[in-house]
Amino acid sequence: MTTTPANVEVSAAAAAPTRPPLGARLRGRQNQNLWFWVFVGPFVLGLIIFIYIPILWSIYLSFFESYNTVTPTKFVGIGNYLDMLKDESFRSSLGTFIVFALFIVPTTFALSLLTAILVARTRVMQAFFRSVFFLPTACSYVVAALIWKMSIFSGVRSGAANALLGLIGLDSIPWLSVTKPPWYWLVIVSARLWLQVGFYMILFLAALQRISPTLYEAAAIDGASAWQSFRYITLPQLRPTSAAVLLLLLINAFQAFDEFYNILSSFGTYPPYARPPLVYLYYVALGQGQDFGHGSAGAVILTLVILIAALVFNRFFSFRGDD
Amino acid sequence: MSDKTIRAGIDRRHLLTLGGGMAVAGALAACGGNTGRSSSTSAAGSGSGSGSASGGGAKVTLQQWYHQYGEAGTQQAVEGYAKAYTAADVKVTWKPGDYDQTTAASLLTAGGPDVFEYGNGPTIDMIKGGQVVDLSGLLGDAESDFNPAMVKRMTYDGKLWAIPQVVDMQLLVYRKSLLEKAGVTPPETIDDLMAAAKKLTSGDVKGLFLGNDGGVGLMGAPMLFSAGADYLNEDGSFGFDSDGAAAALGKLRELFTSDSLLLGAPKDWYDASALTSGLTAMQFTGLWTFPDLTKGLADDYGCIPWPAMPGGAKSVVVGAYGSCVSAKSTNVDAAKEFVKWLWVDQTDKQLDFATAYGFHIPARASLVPQAKTLQSGPAKDAAAYAQEFGHAQSSVLWTPKCATAFGDMMSKIVKDGADVKAEIAKVKAVAEAEVKRVLG
Repeated sequence: MTTTPANVEVSAAAAAPTRPPLGARLRGRQNQNLWFWVFVGPFVLGLIIFIYIPILWSIYLSFFESYNTVTPTKFVGIGNYLDMLKDESFRSSLGTFIVFALFIVPTTFALSLLTAILVARTRVMQAFFRSVFFLPTACSYVVAALIWKMSIFSGVRSGAANALLGLIGLDSIPWLSVTKPPWYWLVIVSARLWLQVGFYMILFLAALQRISPTLYEAAAIDGASAWQSFRYITLPQLRPTSAAVLLLLLINAFQAFDEFYNILSSFGTYPPYARPPLVYLYYVALGQGQDFGHGSAGAVILTLVILIAALVFNRFFSFRGDD
Repeated sequence: MSDKTIRAGIDRRHLLTLGGGMAVAGALAACGGNTGRSSSTSAAGSGSGSGSASGGGAKVTLQQWYHQYGEAGTQQAVEGYAKAYTAADVKVTWKPGDYDQTTAASLLTAGGPDVFEYGNGPTIDMIKGGQVVDLSGLLGDAESDFNPAMVKRMTYDGKLWAIPQVVDMQLLVYRKSLLEKAGVTPPETIDDLMAAAKKLTSGDVKGLFLGNDGGVGLMGAPMLFSAGADYLNEDGSFGFDSDGAAAALGKLRELFTSDSLLLGAPKDWYDASALTSGLTAMQFTGLWTFPDLTKGLADDYGCIPWPAMPGGAKSVVVGAYGSCVSAKSTNVDAAKEFVKWLWVDQTDKQLDFATAYGFHIPARASLVPQAKTLQSGPAKDAAAYAQEFGHAQSSVLWTPKCATAFGDMMSKIVKDGADVKAEIAKVKAVAEAEVKRVLG
């Protein structure tokens, strides 16, 4: 009992002048912390409210029976997950889109790289070509989908594609109405390529312009062929960009919605073919369905599929022995 | 799917025919739209503060939602009806776009409407989820005057959940001159229809138009009706695992492969243009196209019900928007009063709403003879068909999940040529589980 309250007060008072007040400490040197939160705060808040809470809420909902409510009471464990995995339509849409991704990712990749190289090499009107290929990126998916559906690939003679067929004396093809042969893929894939290639081309173009010309000069002196410089200089130099592009394309493929929905849906229904998982989930959980339990479970499954695909891809592509 | 066809048809048509500017203006209005909820509480609660004790006390404010009808003047009309109501202050919200989705979602929140319309009444999940209020008794003595098929469709568990506003219908329309030229009479049976479609097809002009998907989305229900079947039986059991129904659905596949169907028209079945621009000789479409048909073809068109299969019956599909009251409303009684006033008592307004703007049939039989638009030509025939052959689009127990399974089945049968009975069996499994869930 040698230390009296008075003593403590005295020692605290003695220490005080050496430490800045709490407020000042929180604000950091030159108010750094304050400014950090002023700038970052609103975005973090938005991220939490509009992204993280909905994700967590959706995971929560996926364990409940929640028809027409987001505050469910009946816990069903993994029942919704089992239902979705047993659901033939959901499985087939996942399957279709794994195949779709395997096709569209390399195709878009190759086409954007090709256009980028062509545009980079061209000596005349480079700015013009660059803009022309990039412009479709600025077009709305919905608008493009409607033009593809109603003007270019309508089933009657007045549609652009059928008018062309007419010129060479062929019958009209109802592009979007038949499943054998599956012409609808032609419509969807051409729309998607038109919309996307330009964007990835710009990414490649930026990367191409950062490759030092001295590398090519050195290769030319060594007598390297065009193919050799592409294979041993361009491709390796594009590696980080290629990895990013492939990953974006992969995620994009699984998130397909806009052009599929607008090209193929008809008055409240969507055909069972070429049905992206997101479109199927839209009909389950939104629309008239309002079955948030199964919808959320499906969304979580889809997220896991994308995650696994991305991890596998990373393993095989990005970290393939750093040569 | 089919549950939505009439409504969705109207929506699409309106969306497509409306000027973009008007749609944008509507969207902006909807975005800035006050739901009326806050003002309803303040109006009801601040009565004491205002002190200007007007005789009846403070009026409550009701928020009423409509989907966007395309016909000019409809919005002004419903706003006029709302203004004419004196017992409450009714605010009308006109919602373009995905009305069903927005409304269903808004019922989960406190920002939804007090009174709203919904196609064929509320969904079974809304009823089971306690989102809508029982409206039994509001029809009073007039009950027998309302279209019985629609009242039945909006009744569940012995209670009425919505009041039919106007009746819409779908039927088969044909161009008289093209049929005469080919020596074809309007078909009475499905086989007649298929023969006629073939005969009327020449080059780029096709015989029959059932939608750009070949009837996958539209014709499932009429085909079931033509075979005397339905989605579900009265007792909720599965309604179409019969040979007759399978044969009827198989006929659509035959049509699809016969090269006599119009596929991929620029505007789909809900628009008159395929018929008026000469792409097809016959088309299954809605009554709402009649003004456009008259404009484009004058009197060169006629209409008939969808033909029957052997042992079945002819049919026209009828549907109606029903006026519902949200259970989340803070003024449920006032909302019910208003619904009764507008859709039961005010017959002049109902007649005006049905006939002065769009082309509909009044929901009350006693008003049909007063509807000038329905007194001559094909429209008169159509109104008579609605009485004689009218068949509600679907059962209230036919949930969206059933509709999705049904749509998948139709696509596989019609487009892929899948085995009809095997596909029906798949839908049966889904439907039986769904009915059990809903009733359980």
